Amino acid sequence: MASGRTYIWKRGISVSESIELEIFRYCPEKDAEPLFKSYQVPFREDWVVLDAINYIKDELDGTLSYRWSCRMGVCGSCGMMVNGEPKLTCSAFLRDYSSGKIRVEPLQGFPVLRDLVFQMDDFINKLTEVKPYILRNENGEKQVEEGEYLQSPAQLAKYKQYTLCINCMLCYSACPIYALDSEFVGPAAIALAQRYNMDSRDQGRKQRQEVIAGHEGIWQCTFVGECSVVCPKNVDPAAAIQRAKVSSTMDFFKGIITLGSKE
Amino acid sequence: MEVELAQSKEPVIWMLFSAGGMISAMVFPVLLLITGFLLPFEIAGDGTFERIHVALKHPLIKLILFFVISLPFFHWAHRFRFTLVDIGLKHVSLMITVCCYGGAILGSILTIIVLWNI
Ligand code: SF4
Ligand code: FES
Repeated sequence: MASGRTYIWKRGISVSESIELEIFRYCPEKDAEPLFKSYQVPFREDWVVLDAINYIKDELDGTLSYRWSCRMGVCGSCGMMVNGEPKLTCSAFLRDYSSGKIRVEPLQGFPVLRDLVFQMDDFINKLTEVKPYILRNENGEKQVEEGEYLQSPAQLAKYKQYTLCINCMLCYSACPIYALDSEFVGPAAIALAQRYNMDSRDQGRKQRQEVIAGHEGIWQCTFVGECSVVCPKNVDPAAAIQRAKVSSTMDFFKGIITLGSKE
Repeated sequence: MEVELAQSKEPVIWMLFSAGGMISAMVFPVLLLITGFLLPFEIAGDGTFERIHVALKHPLIKLILFFVISLPFFHWAHRFRFTLVDIGLKHVSLMITVCCYGGAILGSILTIIVLWNI
């Protein structure tokens, strides 16, 4: 191309403007307490908060620690508090924050390890507690020769929504019950239990009930509904919990009705 | 054991709570409109004291009123219990539970007495 300069036109890029990011910093070896550090970052129409944080890491301050991976709302690892709200930073556009300053903190409600990185152990334990895999009764397992467990589209539709969870923990961060009592099993884990309970191939509901319907389970939920508001995947964990309440109540009445016939 | 307890107690409480919530949301506004506005200002019907009193003597009306009055007590009890626990009184949660639902039961008993004596 001998015809002079090539100009690539990009819509919406305006490097001249900048935006201030106020980032939560905490280094357990150095800092007695967390502090906030401000960084000036170029403002670009098509940048999300994660892009701005990556810019800080690459250009301004390499010591910043945070989690991310997919950059497309799939891996669930980039959750942070953005101006006080739990958000996937890879889906939160700078342009949606007009105040000229964005405050980024680690997701609230979890022990901070360093900067924006927090400990997930409690959540991971809760996920395992609800046995998130297909359970069959004793002798209920099909032999390989018998073929697969068939499922109709209608049966799939019953629980599909709950399979969309990406374990981003935004719902735990938003949940006031979990904030007060971290023993609470919590939104995503209960939604995941529902995902398997409502799967036509599963027979493990009774086992999951021990966790779900126990004292730290569904009955702790007062239906604040914030979990469903912040969920980036429309899993609607609040609805999952209310449904679990209804079916547990049904269990109870079935129990009363069948009690007489048992004896 | 703990699970069994939660499974046997909580569903009942939750049902009463939901029913009470439903009534407070759907029946109360209408009742308030009728008894607090339409009747006193004679916009609809002539709800004289005598007429209403006669209506209240009907056992079916009494039964309906019993549910309309007592279930919201349980709604209150449940909400208030969790509100108190949530503002940091978890360590006395048993006492709160007893007082709240006890209050609702007491309220229901009083409702029966009042309705009985109409
Ligand atoms: S339910 Fe929604 S908010 Fe909660 S972890 Fe799953 S995707 Fe995230
Ligand atoms: S980086 Fe994967 S969800 Fe944001």
